[in-house]
Amino acid sequence: MSILREIVTIISVLAIPGLILFFLVYGQFKRIRVYEAMVEGGKEGFTIAVKIIPYLVAMLVGIAIFRASGAMDFLITGLQPLTDLIGFPAEAMPMALMRPLSGSGSLGIMSEILKTYGPDSFIGVLTSTLMGSTETTFYVLAVYFGAVNVRNTRHALPTGLLADFASFLAALFFVKLLFF
Amino acid sequence: MPPILVTVQEAIGSDGAIPCRILSDSGRSDLLYLSFSPVRFVYLKRITNAALDAAALAVKIALGLIGIMALWLGVMKVAEEAGIIAIIARAVRPITTRLFSDIPDDHPAIGAMIMNISANMLGLGNAATPFGLKAMEELNKLNKHAGTATNAMVTFLALNTSCVTLVPATAIAVRAASGSSDPAVIIGTTFLTSLVATVFAVIFAKVFQRLSVFRVREKEAA
Repeated sequence: MSILREIVTIISVLAIPGLILFFLVYGQFKRIRVYEAMVEGGKEGFTIAVKIIPYLVAMLVGIAIFRASGAMDFLITGLQPLTDLIGFPAEAMPMALMRPLSGSGSLGIMSEILKTYGPDSFIGVLTSTLMGSTETTFYVLAVYFGAVNVRNTRHALPTGLLADFASFLAALFFVKLLFF
Repeated sequence: MPPILVTVQEAIGSDGAIPCRILSDSGRSDLLYLSFSPVRFVYLKRITNAALDAAALAVKIALGLIGIMALWLGVMKVAEEAGIIAIIARAVRPITTRLFSDIPDDHPAIGAMIMNISANMLGLGNAATPFGLKAMEELNKLNKHAGTATNAMVTFLALNTSCVTLVPATAIAVRAASGSSDPAVIIGTTFLTSLVATVFAVIFAKVFQRLSVFRVREKEAA
């Protein structure tokens, strides 16, 4: 297990420099005009980044108001009977609710929870697993769809949120099974 | 400082001192009272600040992406011209033909999606986004209804948001910072959890795309 962990860590550290080096050297080997291709491809970076601004503004402002107005705390209290029923600890609920909404927000909540309950406690491990195992669904949808001007996202949001819900239950199950 | 005073401080917009009046009880010389002027609209002020801050943050995030995007889209272009992307796409064809039945096997979108998902698995968020956005652009070229998501886009995003995680880099870093005795202990639970989430995400995406509520409406799309 620890050898596997070491290998995975080394791969993730090597990935970025290795990838850049490999692509550029291979391109040179294939007689591609590497510099011209890089500049040509890179041009799009600016347009895409600027294109997503309105989508990002709408999403982040909505979420900020949801949090600042106290609506989120209200929702957590309202959901408590339901979460008690499935045995999801109330202490980890802010994390579960924040995770799909905001990356920086859930990072803040995670640090807070680890400080209060300790990183190696049940709540701590569960919260860390929730943090690590899913992406910020709303952010990804806003940015990715924004980049191609898609406004009718069809089943993307229900799919993402239900998958998040599945991952909360799975996290609870595996953390209990493996550690507690 | 007691929470109530923090709220007062926030409402009057001060970082340090809170102005107050010192009152003395006329009968007793050994007792003094502090009187704070009342504060109002605490939540409304919070909402205003939060909304304006969030709007500014959105621009900051987007502008921060420009450099990383330019770098990775440039590298990606080299890989594309050198034929690496096509080789990767061919290697994973057995999986992608099942997941993305409406995309041609050798389409550049496949290569970009694979790069995005691999980067996500390794916890390389910075590199993942440019590949992902490139993939969305390629998928959009196959889109017959501009402005409406395609099945392939939703399936891709379902894979992306629930993505199987080998290295939960951020979570491990925060655990280490808060004094965990074994910060990386969550690798196992995270991997299993994200695996389950990914399976469910694909199932949900595939089931929902058939539902009439989510069907592409011709006149709206046109």
